[in-house]
Amino acid sequence: MNDENLITIKVNQKEVEVNKNLTVMQACEIAGEEIPRFCYHDKLSIAGNCRMCLVEVEKVPKLMSSCDMPLMEGMSIITNSEKVKSGRKGVMEFLLINHPLDCPICDQGGECDLQDQAMYYGFDKSRFSENKRAVENKNMGPLVNTIMTRCIHCTRCVRFASEVAGVPEIGMLGRGENAEITTYLEKSITSELSGNVIDLCPVGALTSKPYKFKARPWELKRTDSIDIFDGVGSNIRIDSRAEEILRITPRVNEDINEEWITDKVRFNYDAYYNQRIDKPYIKKGSKLLASNWDESLDILKNKLKKSSPFALVGPQTDLETGYAVSKFMSNFGSDRVEVRTDNQTILNNNPFSYIFNSSILNVEESDLIILIGVNPKIEAPIINYKILKSYNKGNDIYNIGDNINLNYPTNYLGKDINSLQDQKLIEKIKKSKYPIIIVGSAYSTHATPEDLKSLFVFSKNYNLITESKNNLNFLTPYASRVGQLLIGNTQSQEFEPMNFLESKFKDGSYDLLLSFNSEEISNPIFKDIFKVYFGHHGDLGAMSADLVLPTPLYTEKNSTFINTEGRPQEAFKCHNTIGQAKEEWTILKKLSELMDYRNDFNSFNDVRSGLLKDFKFNFEFNSIIDFNLVINFDDTIKFKSSTFNYPINNFYFSDVVSKNSKIMAKCVEENTNIKQEKVVNR
Amino acid sequence: MSSGHPGLTNTFLEKGSPFKWSDESLKEIEIIKSKYPTERIQSAVMPLLYLAQKQNDNWLSVECIDLISQTLNMPKIRVAEVASFYSMFNLKPVGKNLIQICRTSPCWLRGSNKITKTIRSETDCDINQTSDDGLFTVVEVECLGACSNGPMIQINDEFFEDLNQTNTKQIIDNIKNNKPNKVGSQIGRSSSENAK
Amino acid sequence: MLNKEDKIFTNLHGFEDPFLKGALNRGVWSTTKEILKKEPNEIIELVKSSQLRGRGGAGFPTGLKWSFMPKDTGKQHYLVVNADESEPGTCKDREMIRNDPHMLIEGCLISSYAIQASKCYIYIRGEYFFEYQQLEKAIKEAYEKNLIGKNACGSSFDFDLYVHRGAGAYICGEETALLESLEGKKGQPRLKPPFPAGAGLYGMPTTINNVESIAVVPTILRKGPDWFKALGSENNTGTKVYCISGNVNNPCTIEEEMGIPLKELIEKYAGGVQGGWENLLAIIPGGSSTPLLPKNICETVKMNFDDLKANGSGLGTAGIIVVSKDFDVAEVIERFSHFYKHESCGQCTPCREGTGWMHRMMQKLIKGDISPEQLELLENVTKQIEGHTICAFGDAAAWPIQGLIKNFKTELLSRYKENR
Repeated sequence: MNDENLITIKVNQKEVEVNKNLTVMQACEIAGEEIPRFCYHDKLSIAGNCRMCLVEVEKVPKLMSSCDMPLMEGMSIITNSEKVKSGRKGVMEFLLINHPLDCPICDQGGECDLQDQAMYYGFDKSRFSENKRAVENKNMGPLVNTIMTRCIHCTRCVRFASEVAGVPEIGMLGRGENAEITTYLEKSITSELSGNVIDLCPVGALTSKPYKFKARPWELKRTDSIDIFDGVGSNIRIDSRAEEILRITPRVNEDINEEWITDKVRFNYDAYYNQRIDKPYIKKGSKLLASNWDESLDILKNKLKKSSPFALVGPQTDLETGYAVSKFMSNFGSDRVEVRTDNQTILNNNPFSYIFNSSILNVEESDLIILIGVNPKIEAPIINYKILKSYNKGNDIYNIGDNINLNYPTNYLGKDINSLQDQKLIEKIKKSKYPIIIVGSAYSTHATPEDLKSLFVFSKNYNLITESKNNLNFLTPYASRVGQLLIGNTQSQEFEPMNFLESKFKDGSYDLLLSFNSEEISNPIFKDIFKVYFGHHGDLGAMSADLVLPTPLYTEKNSTFINTEGRPQEAFKCHNTIGQAKEEWTILKKLSELMDYRNDFNSFNDVRSGLLKDFKFNFEFNSIIDFNLVINFDDTIKFKSSTFNYPINNFYFSDVVSKNSKIMAKCVEENTNIKQEKVVNR
Repeated sequence: MSSGHPGLTNTFLEKGSPFKWSDESLKEIEIIKSKYPTERIQSAVMPLLYLAQKQNDNWLSVECIDLISQTLNMPKIRVAEVASFYSMFNLKPVGKNLIQICRTSPCWLRGSNKITKTIRSETDCDINQTSDDGLFTVVEVECLGACSNGPMIQINDEFFEDLNQTNTKQIIDNIKNNKPNKVGSQIGRSSSENAK
Repeated sequence: MLNKEDKIFTNLHGFEDPFLKGALNRGVWSTTKEILKKEPNEIIELVKSSQLRGRGGAGFPTGLKWSFMPKDTGKQHYLVVNADESEPGTCKDREMIRNDPHMLIEGCLISSYAIQASKCYIYIRGEYFFEYQQLEKAIKEAYEKNLIGKNACGSSFDFDLYVHRGAGAYICGEETALLESLEGKKGQPRLKPPFPAGAGLYGMPTTINNVESIAVVPTILRKGPDWFKALGSENNTGTKVYCISGNVNNPCTIEEEMGIPLKELIEKYAGGVQGGWENLLAIIPGGSSTPLLPKNICETVKMNFDDLKANGSGLGTAGIIVVSKDFDVAEVIERFSHFYKHESCGQCTPCREGTGWMHRMMQKLIKGDISPEQLELLENVTKQIEGHTICAFGDAAAWPIQGLIKNFKTELLSRYKENR
């Protein structure tokens, strides 16, 4: 901190040195004084409307709201005087007079700011003898339950919708004591982050519809985990009771998701118990018939013995499973695992060609963002929020690919990758302090290696890549992708690996397919091949297999995922597996034993330590991997492909789990009825 | 609480018939827009709400709000917020003559109660009601800013001041009989000079 | 008593032509070009030395307010004229606008020049439709004669003036709520700081003044600050337009010297209290927000900022509401509390929740349904609103009730006894 920014103030007569750009509330917190608040939220603009944070400033006759009050040298702040206590008590009383006394039937009960603060700061009995106000509930879609009589008009949800979700669709209609929070014509908001209003609401006005009346917070077991439904790796907390997950909420991680998560991971958990593969199945004729482990592994063993197998790894497969697969497949030769089932092009020995190199945190620092074949709004809503933050600071966002709606206006450059070299854009990049490029899989699945190399050369030429930074980002929509690539679960074919694989199956190099959670198993290129599906949800993938083996969902085992920026994170087991599902490495261990292959794993810890030992780079949980690599290119830029094919059509149905969620289905239904408003210019 | 005031029925926006700007309104919109900086065109929302209300029988339907949102490139909820905040934007249909009776203390001290009584009986409308023939909507409102000329009422855009029961009845009768009314003071004052 | 030649508003009641021809006859626009030859700062100093205090209610020195505007920022400055006259008991700006609009327009030009604002908005309350039309017509005349517009009055100062209509919200009289409204939002007051002089309309340096404050500026500059200062008393200078309403024989608005005794004003201009002075119960001297004065104070109090303040009330907007013994003063206040409940913007907690609570208790109070303990509670609630809100509306809602309880407590308590 720069010393000239330090000033000395007093809080309750105690001197503290603080940065002069802080607010009185922040300074009080540094001084160790807790300031109650309802409307203030450090991720939202300051509203100052609840008036709970009143403090006394010496020589100022009125109490001041501390959340918006700037500091001044020598200021003396008092937070514990009778005047302050009385002021808070008064505000608390006003908040409560029209608040219903329905805590016993309120889902917020036990984790309610109003309840907690009323205990500390309120009166012990009501002096209000009038009728309480009743407010009609508003429809806000299938995710958010509203009991608007409880609303205290803090406007956190209103600010969230505009500032974080980027969809100004919540407002306060009317005025005075009749003012009511609602969406326009009571529709759900068209945001992939809408569920966060539930956490933001300091009272029980906005609660979770699927969690309605399900549990009390103190009954729940907490498990830390990771969102595996996109590549961001948002930190989540799973609340469960017995063997059932009842709720998923965000864990704060300022480097990644801050305190937001997507509606998909928050609400698709009903699918964890729906359409699950509960036991092994064997195809007889055209039907899958229930089997058991002994029979199915016996069949598989016999098949494998006389086959040349190949394995696909799916978009949500954890690192330990991938490692066990790679170890197992090495028994049959090299180059026998593929995670790039979408044909993503990468450059061999160049992890930068598939990683979000600038880090997620730095997106909001950017003053110029160029999107190439990426729809962050549905592929990575959290990163879209970071882009929105940059936009809100007045920065420009450029887009090459389809002209998509992203909650902020973009400068659309069309569908030609060569428009990256548009002279005006280049001038902008030259003037920009921290430009970044984000390449999505809509492009990277069609780009040639020359295209990727050209992007690197371009980025070096215009200082997006320097010794201290790499701002050429590749965004994957899949949780497994970066990790599986880093442990080498891919063929050495850089371009169109699936086409290559098809030819290998055609020429007889491979004749059996193992799919670890990859729905690509149903791809017609594997039509007459014996196929084994390891997975948890019975969908197209399982249906097309000849043998189906049940495996646990990420909530039923410990595992590791490396997110798009190359950050390994742990997901912990929340409860036991469903039905007869077995962890992949135990199945492979058993097979190895049956086939007399070498097996190194007797426990999960063996798998993990093997993984860490074999990992080529410095691996530390929760830290971005430092590759310590220098990669050189010749300096020609020659773009070839301008094909874009966006990977996700429907945010709510992007994966095999979500497709089996009834709640996601409701969202899809709701959203087909709502057309998102055109993005409004600033 | 006059929760029935057509301007303050906050939450429930009503649907009306399809709404398009008339040619005249379109011209007017250009003039309105020229008053404000181009990048601050949201400032035009109140004038446009007035304009839509004028074109739409003195009330604002969902269709009006949608169109204003489109014209100003402004989120619909923000237009709805503005429309519902100000009491002069009617969010439900009103009679041909919207009679607003000032009920605040200065007018009350000069007999606004009696004026209310007369209006209720002459229009056959209770407060916050519209007459069956659609000729009148009667509401009580807060201070209209003509305190030295109280009691007073506003009918649509016009003030009627220095009222008593007799001249109030006359005003209503004239409306019923399609006769013109003298606007302003009903006792011959020029404005708010001493009436002596 | 104010001499005829010292009157500033010579067509307050519209006996003459309100438009340009009449205005020129009355001397409006007579030496504007000369005035605009002065340096902006010089004008500010002259207004400062006249001791003109804002006529919108708070009485803040106008010249001092102007001096808060930053200099040479290169930014667009704005003057915003507050014509959202909505304080119950007040109807003075209305007369100035409809009967002598050119005085305001000329004031806008000169004041804008002083603060280097090339654009000015007049925010007029929506209900004043006729006044709005008068003003628009006068502005059109002024543009046509190049009194405003490019090179206004041949001064080389370019000046644009626009009128923006409110739409029925008392809170928009609060200056930052007014700015929000002008920006096309709900009229919810802003948090301060920043103050408008730093970041006002569209985030630009802005000064907001009441109609009367602006309309008197040209006359002050023509006749000189010393002339203005000679009227009234130190720090309470000039003339004032008073609005008299309620239980008087002849309600009226009238321009008089600042500091004229309240009793004289009522007896001389309003035809006295209905039923005679002895029938007087109380007077609200400065619009609904100012605490009422009991009869004994009304006997002697002077109508200026300082004397009214010293007597536990305020000059406010000088909207004088007279209550005779034939009416229930508690119901006068109950109706005000209904007004405040109705007009609360709903943004901050104490006001949104408190105004409704106060009104409901006031309803009981007038019926004698309130016990001494509940009366204490009511007073306590007013204290919990006062000073705890974002803007001064909370105070304005609390003061009338505090004034009532302070002066009529015994009577209010006796109602309860009688009712039991």
